[in-house]
Amino acid sequence: MAQMTMIQAITHALDLELARDEKVLLFGEDVGNNGGVFRATEGLQKKYGEDRVFDTPLAESGIIGLANGLAVQGFRPVPEIQFFGFVFEAFDQIASQIARLRYRSGGRFHAPVTIRSPFGGGVRTPELHSDSLEGLFLQSPGIKVVIPSTPYDAKGLLLSAIRDNDPVIFLEHMRLYRSFRQEVPEEEYTIPLGKANVVREGKDVTIVTYGAMVGVSQKAADQWAKDKGLQAEVIDLRTISPIDIETIAASIQKTGRAIVVQEAQRSAGAGAEIVAQINEQAIFHLEAPVLRVTPPDTVYPYGLIEDEWLPTQQSVLAALNKVVSL
Amino acid sequence: MGKTVSEHAVPYVQVLDENGKVTDKELLPNLTDDQLREMMKRMVFTRILDQRAIKLTRQGRLGFYAPVAGQEASMIGSEFATDKEDFVVPGYRDLPQCVYHGYPLYKLFLYSRGHQEGGRVPDDVNVMMPQIIIGAQIVQTAGIALGYKLKGEKRIAITYTGDGGTSQGDFYEGMNFAGAYKAPAVFFVQNNQYAISVPREKQTAAETLAQKAIAAGIPGVQVDGMDILGVYAAVKQAADRARAGEGPTLIEAVTFRYGPHTMSGDDPTRYRTKETEATWEKRDPLVRFRTYLTEKGLWSDDEEQQVIEAAKDTITEALKQADSAAKMKVEDLIDVMFEEPTTALKRQRAEINGEGAN
Repeated sequence: MAQMTMIQAITHALDLELARDEKVLLFGEDVGNNGGVFRATEGLQKKYGEDRVFDTPLAESGIIGLANGLAVQGFRPVPEIQFFGFVFEAFDQIASQIARLRYRSGGRFHAPVTIRSPFGGGVRTPELHSDSLEGLFLQSPGIKVVIPSTPYDAKGLLLSAIRDNDPVIFLEHMRLYRSFRQEVPEEEYTIPLGKANVVREGKDVTIVTYGAMVGVSQKAADQWAKDKGLQAEVIDLRTISPIDIETIAASIQKTGRAIVVQEAQRSAGAGAEIVAQINEQAIFHLEAPVLRVTPPDTVYPYGLIEDEWLPTQQSVLAALNKVVSL
Repeated sequence: MGKTVSEHAVPYVQVLDENGKVTDKELLPNLTDDQLREMMKRMVFTRILDQRAIKLTRQGRLGFYAPVAGQEASMIGSEFATDKEDFVVPGYRDLPQCVYHGYPLYKLFLYSRGHQEGGRVPDDVNVMMPQIIIGAQIVQTAGIALGYKLKGEKRIAITYTGDGGTSQGDFYEGMNFAGAYKAPAVFFVQNNQYAISVPREKQTAAETLAQKAIAAGIPGVQVDGMDILGVYAAVKQAADRARAGEGPTLIEAVTFRYGPHTMSGDDPTRYRTKETEATWEKRDPLVRFRTYLTEKGLWSDDEEQQVIEAAKDTITEALKQADSAAKMKVEDLIDVMFEEPTTALKRQRAEINGEGAN
């Protein structure tokens, strides 16, 4: 066991997979000699060579198109998009090409591609670095979307993502990269994709969340317990496509109430889909409507007003108080 | 003006002129008589296939179809210069190349109709399904070619787009990636003068499309796309170069489509004149190659007639095979989304089978 930050856990996972499977290739802008803009691929080119870990020209569509072609050739590409705000450049290659390859070829070809990309607010980035665009890919059949919130999950989920024989978008929250350390086993382990994790047990309200909002929700739940003596159950989705509705429904069966907390705008993210699935699977257990804690439907904010725009412990507490009063 | 830092040239390749006379003996490819006759057979087959496909589309027996008449030299000649082990990455018009690279004709008919089986390329055939998103195939080809290079295989990937497609970002990115990695790729542009109704002059102020290679730092060649020997020579040279580890080439074949853009309602009389069409008909790739072969004593009217009859039989047979494909079910679509269906898809599959909502 070792204490690792999330970024260390990611590098460690990539190292293990490069060693385990010679078909694994890492590439993107500055991921080679430079080791990545966040050092996620630090030392890997030196260890595995330029044929396994390499830089690309600065063009996102080219990067994912390259991954598509390499997948057709039997490789297991792990391309990086430097910041997920740049994903629009590669939208066709992800949503129309990679995500559909198995389907449109009737299974002849498939794309075991894991697209890694940082995102997320709270670190004063310039424009289009922090946007939460995961919701766009919930609407793209054929691709899974994974968002870890801890070093332990990041490693286990990344190993699963790389080994999955279908495409996965693996989104890494920048604020969580180095914000805390956690015990992470040195050996290989996997966490199944599509499985949520109950990170705090409770009986009064279910909080469904992911990414950096997991930590915010946990703190709010702790504060709520102190203030009101009520216990919120916090579910870290870990995979937002597909959504683990079974775990959510089981929790609501116990609590009868739920809120969804996400960093994406109200109309974006996974929130609406979660609420819809709760309506389908758990409505008879609900004693109140499911509320959403999200930023407003504006463009991602200027750096100086980021903290006021993003959901906070206070906004989660407000929603908890509201949902129990309904 | 300061000093010149770089100079470029775009060579033009032609082996046969409009009258079937050899214009460049040095470029004349080294092909056996059988190979030459095979090229002619394939062009005749393609012309017949096009005529039949247009009729079948009108009868509702085929779905989406993009006519190819006029482009036989460009399509057949380029594919003829590849090996079976090479990868063909077609656009939506490039069905003849697919056929001769091993993609079964009945599957292409099923593709046209919109049947799942149409995209299920046989395992030993190195062809991608026809690409609808113009330019997407170009960036993917850079990846396929890099794959061969990483595996140390002396194989190449060839991809196709049209004149309009050269305006896409992916066209430039794909060439540029392949150039940066010295990947064994051939980018083949069929400049058939029109992107639906938009003439090639409205795509770019560039004098040639081949010169777009200069932006990627790779060789660009323009070839008479109505001359099958010229097309073959240009692609063969590019393929040899790629196999030798010298990187990709862009080839612009100057050609023409006699028919509409697709059979989905395009009317070429709205945007081109009878005179333009007549000019290109004089350059017909079949006419000039037929003259060339006849003068060499390698082709006769009888032989051509036999090829036409055989082509009709082949097409009829393929249609029959397409007709016998099992009707698709929505479950089939669900089952091929992922290696293992997700819980949500399993639930939706059950729902389709009437096992309750949600």
